[in-house]
Amino acid sequence: MAVAETAVAYVPPRSRWSQQRIAPWVFMLPALLFFGVYVVWPIIQSFQIGLYEWDGFSDKSYIGGGNYEELFDDDRFWTSVWNNVLWLFLFLLALPLGLAVALFLNQTVFGIRLIKSLFFFPFVISQVVVGLVFAWFYDPANGLLNELLGLVGLGPTAILSDENSVTFGIIAAGLWPQVAYCMILYLTGLNSVDPEQIEAARLDGARGMKLLWFVVLPQLRPATFIALVVTMIGALRSFDLVQVMTDGGPFGQSLVLGLFMYHSALFEYRMGYGAAIATVLFLIMSVFIAFFLWRMVRGERQTG
Amino acid sequence: MFPRPIEKASPFANISYRVALPIALVVWLLPLAAVMLTSIRTIDDINQGNYWTWPSSLEFWNYVTIFQTTPMARFMINSVIITVPVMIGSVALAAAAGYALAKYKFRANIWLFAMFVGGNFVPFQILMIPVRDMALFTGVYDTHLALILFHVAFQTGFCTLFMRNFISGLPNALIESARVEGVSEYKIFWFIVVPLVRPALAALAVLIFTFVWNDYFWALVLVQSDAVKPVTAGISALRGQWLASWQLISAGAVVAALPPVALFFLLQRHFIAGLTLGATKG
Repeated sequence: MAVAETAVAYVPPRSRWSQQRIAPWVFMLPALLFFGVYVVWPIIQSFQIGLYEWDGFSDKSYIGGGNYEELFDDDRFWTSVWNNVLWLFLFLLALPLGLAVALFLNQTVFGIRLIKSLFFFPFVISQVVVGLVFAWFYDPANGLLNELLGLVGLGPTAILSDENSVTFGIIAAGLWPQVAYCMILYLTGLNSVDPEQIEAARLDGARGMKLLWFVVLPQLRPATFIALVVTMIGALRSFDLVQVMTDGGPFGQSLVLGLFMYHSALFEYRMGYGAAIATVLFLIMSVFIAFFLWRMVRGERQTG
Repeated sequence: MFPRPIEKASPFANISYRVALPIALVVWLLPLAAVMLTSIRTIDDINQGNYWTWPSSLEFWNYVTIFQTTPMARFMINSVIITVPVMIGSVALAAAAGYALAKYKFRANIWLFAMFVGGNFVPFQILMIPVRDMALFTGVYDTHLALILFHVAFQTGFCTLFMRNFISGLPNALIESARVEGVSEYKIFWFIVVPLVRPALAALAVLIFTFVWNDYFWALVLVQSDAVKPVTAGISALRGQWLASWQLISAGAVVAALPPVALFFLLQRHFIAGLTLGATKG
């Protein structure tokens, strides 16, 4: 009797087994449905729309690679690409800066918890607010920047209306929350650095930069990896700040691909052209996304 | 610990560190402090160009003005109407999907997981035209629902990543022993897994609140009337109307930033745990 019972318990009946096969799909169904309709399918559709001339109202007409040919001759496109490259490289400053701030704050003095949270503040705020704050900071008539420059006998400058400085001005604004984000990643990373290794290295006479470079940084690799990916993707995705601070101006000199696409599609009613720009942006970003996914899948396989 | 604890350094270094700390903080938050000060300046101060000195008198009336003369209250309510359902919806979808990806072995598992993670990083512009068309076609364009549906779908990517990693950490034995007892798969999820992941659900909800509250792009693309616009698109539009009335723009900015900031301070631990998940592994 007892034997029979255990046997029943350990050999699941057929219905149990099939339930175990069906259950994960039932659990995933709503998420897959939403994600498929709003993320996966639109990507495929955008690829397709990029091959058409379409104003969003009347019938589409197929023009093959026409949008792309036009795009590669469009100065605004190259300005946008160049600005995105600038964003990409300058945004990476968020990593060393974030690390520097994290090292500065990684102490246990009185009130440090509150100070850490306050340093993290800019990341919590909407980019629209960050944009407004910096637009005003740079304001040529009354901005704080010019007041400060005035103190040392410089200025005034109008950062956001000078085509040579505008993108740098916006990127600086973008770095503010991004540094905060990298800082929090590194602070968490520093918490899990192995203290014994540090002590051992110190006994061996390593200190300062050497200790940081050879002992601490290797242990911070997971944090660096996340910071790197999120920062690069953030740079390529830049839209909010540019739209709020200059809307691409002056004369389109601060355009980035995301904003250029938005203008083409919604203000010039060129959906096909917009979709083509979006496709280019997507392909550029796919390189980074693929790199991230490759690392992640590899990591999963290793840990099982 | 790295760097070396400052207590162990020389008294001079010790004191300079404690002095440098608040100075660094002030410099770091200078733009923000200026906005807060400006939001309580009088119009006279602004007209005289006193932007950066201490206000000559405090004018909290600016905050009343923005609520009286603009649809600021409406914008805030819209943001709440949009954000709260998204928070619940995407967390619920992701808890189920994350459980499936964490605890069931099937061939498509890792690829579906990669799809959720990858989808989370795509540029919004590649989704813009089809999603906007879909909203126009189904008649939800310029309603709260348009934003809610899209955000639920999009945030599900990040949430699934988060939940899947969290649930992976739960012991398999727990689920196995329930199966041996003959508990159905669905009951295992509802009565065993969900109660255990409650802290993660909270962390996630806080994060999603902030992401969605701060969204600007989709607010521009999917809605246009003041009756449905969330506060990010709202203050951006008001800025054109207020021109150089920086005291009003500042007050608006402070109000718009307040809910996520308050939430962050109330639930800081959850917030940071959410953001840094995965930063110490992988």
